[in-house]
Amino acid sequence: MLIDSSPSPTSLDATLILAEHESGSIKAQTVSTVVAANHLGESSSVSLLLAGSGSSLQEAASQAASCHPSVSEVLVADSDRFEYPLAEPWAKLVDFVRQQRDYSHILASSSSFGKNILPRVAALLDVSPVTDVVKILGSNEFIRPIYAGNALCRVRYTGAGPCVLTIRTTSFPVTPITESKKATISQIDLSKFKEDAVSRSRYVGQSTQDTERPDLGSARVVITGGRALKSVENFKMIEKLAEKLGGAVGATRAAVDAGYVPNDLQVGQTGKIVAPELYMAFGVSGAIQHLAGIKDSKVIVAVNKDADAPIFQVADYGLVGDLFEVIPELLEKLPEKK
Amino acid sequence: MKILVAVKRVVDYAVKIRVKPDKTGVDTQNVKMSMNPFCEIALEEALRIKEAGFAKEVVAVSIGPPQCVDTLRTGLAMGADRGIHVEANSSFLPLTIAKILKSLADVENPGLIFLGKQAIDDDCNQTGQMVAALLGWPQATFASKVVVLDKDKQFATVDREVDGGLETLSVDLPAVITTDLRLNQPRYATLPNIMKAKSKPIKKMTLEDLKVDIKSDIEIVEVTEPPKRKSGVIVSSVDELIDKLKNEAHVV
Repeated sequence: MLIDSSPSPTSLDATLILAEHESGSIKAQTVSTVVAANHLGESSSVSLLLAGSGSSLQEAASQAASCHPSVSEVLVADSDRFEYPLAEPWAKLVDFVRQQRDYSHILASSSSFGKNILPRVAALLDVSPVTDVVKILGSNEFIRPIYAGNALCRVRYTGAGPCVLTIRTTSFPVTPITESKKATISQIDLSKFKEDAVSRSRYVGQSTQDTERPDLGSARVVITGGRALKSVENFKMIEKLAEKLGGAVGATRAAVDAGYVPNDLQVGQTGKIVAPELYMAFGVSGAIQHLAGIKDSKVIVAVNKDADAPIFQVADYGLVGDLFEVIPELLEKLPEKK
Repeated sequence: MKILVAVKRVVDYAVKIRVKPDKTGVDTQNVKMSMNPFCEIALEEALRIKEAGFAKEVVAVSIGPPQCVDTLRTGLAMGADRGIHVEANSSFLPLTIAKILKSLADVENPGLIFLGKQAIDDDCNQTGQMVAALLGWPQATFASKVVVLDKDKQFATVDREVDGGLETLSVDLPAVITTDLRLNQPRYATLPNIMKAKSKPIKKMTLEDLKVDIKSDIEIVEVTEPPKRKSGVIVSSVDELIDKLKNEAHVV
């Protein structure tokens, strides 16, 4: 159902970013999205939209106000209905906010949150979104990967409504912030915000890994294992090596399907996209779909018994050998993490 | 309850694609085409729900050129009851596809619409979410694990693959569900079913029939190959590898 069928003229250079937060702070991918917004145009104002409930939301808002000098405003929607990021109330919220003020661009990161919600927002606004943007060439021209990253598509948005984008955050790294600036924080008046009483979704629960290891999407080092690891027990070798190098653990689809590791470790076209300084793949053959997730890594190392494995065609350094011998040797000989 | 499943004909997942020299797109002439793997999973889930007694009919729909009928026949061979082919020659943006599916839903009144989470050609991951928005229905995207329907068919419980792991939602029906890789293993069409599929109906429809306007607010400027990585070297020992990583690449 369209909320507003006639698009009001959008003001120039005002960007709304759907922010993600956890335990009282803004997630790294939201800051990357702010960096991306800077590429849209010079005098862009950037507003962060945070929704949730209670004290952790307000803490996150406070932290968001100084997370990047480009942020001019933090909008806060504090209500129980936003306790979990469900697409239906969130999309309605974005449209509600947009009706108070026009935005030329509406952005989110290409996380499962952004991918779930932003296309719904776009359809409510009757605009075509551009998803998984890796390069911004101007306020309405973008590059996005297609065919598992084997081709790049340069597109131009020519519509009248806001330009809706999801950003691949590995393409917009955050550089250390030297300037400190605090944006204004405004609580959104939700008294007129109405949601459908019928036709809803409800959060039931989640199972997430509690780990001290760095987040896959932003880790400097990623160590990945394939199905050749053969068991959950053997995968611990990958974890040990990741720990030694201060890295995150990744896995191929085959390893996840085989049950060696949980799904959130999957790297690839439909899993996580990573771009670490060092990517090491053990027992990974190098299927097109896996390579899609690692192409922007600075250095790729592959260890595989099969000299013809496709992974060797993208690896900077390849070692043809048995991972069950190589990993212990690496553990023994590698210097401790910096 | 009726289940509508949208299936897309795409370049087969194993094909090594080539960008056309004139940069207008990817070369799809004489290239193997198949049902999008995520769409196969979507169809499989719909069939399982029907086989469990929660739905009466599974309808497969495909939008595109005449060859889409082949994709629909595969779907019918897997077990869909009937097919709908919406004729379209050019390649439509997801928003137009979503509007077509919305119009079809208005006619067919399904209790569930299943789509693959993304097509492996454009990798957009948009259509399911947009269909849900246009219909005002709840959405459960990136579904993994089994979808369990309540006995009175009022809602479905869905596990979703999200960045942090798995999330469980309960969605009121009618709803839109997009499928992720691990939801199921699609069945192969058996020869008897392929033969049976030949007599299952495929209805042809046009955009005019469905009163849908084409939305063209995105232009493709050009399609290019990504930058190639410099070719690497094969090292002969762990010692050599560590040496290179330390002294050449400076990553350890």
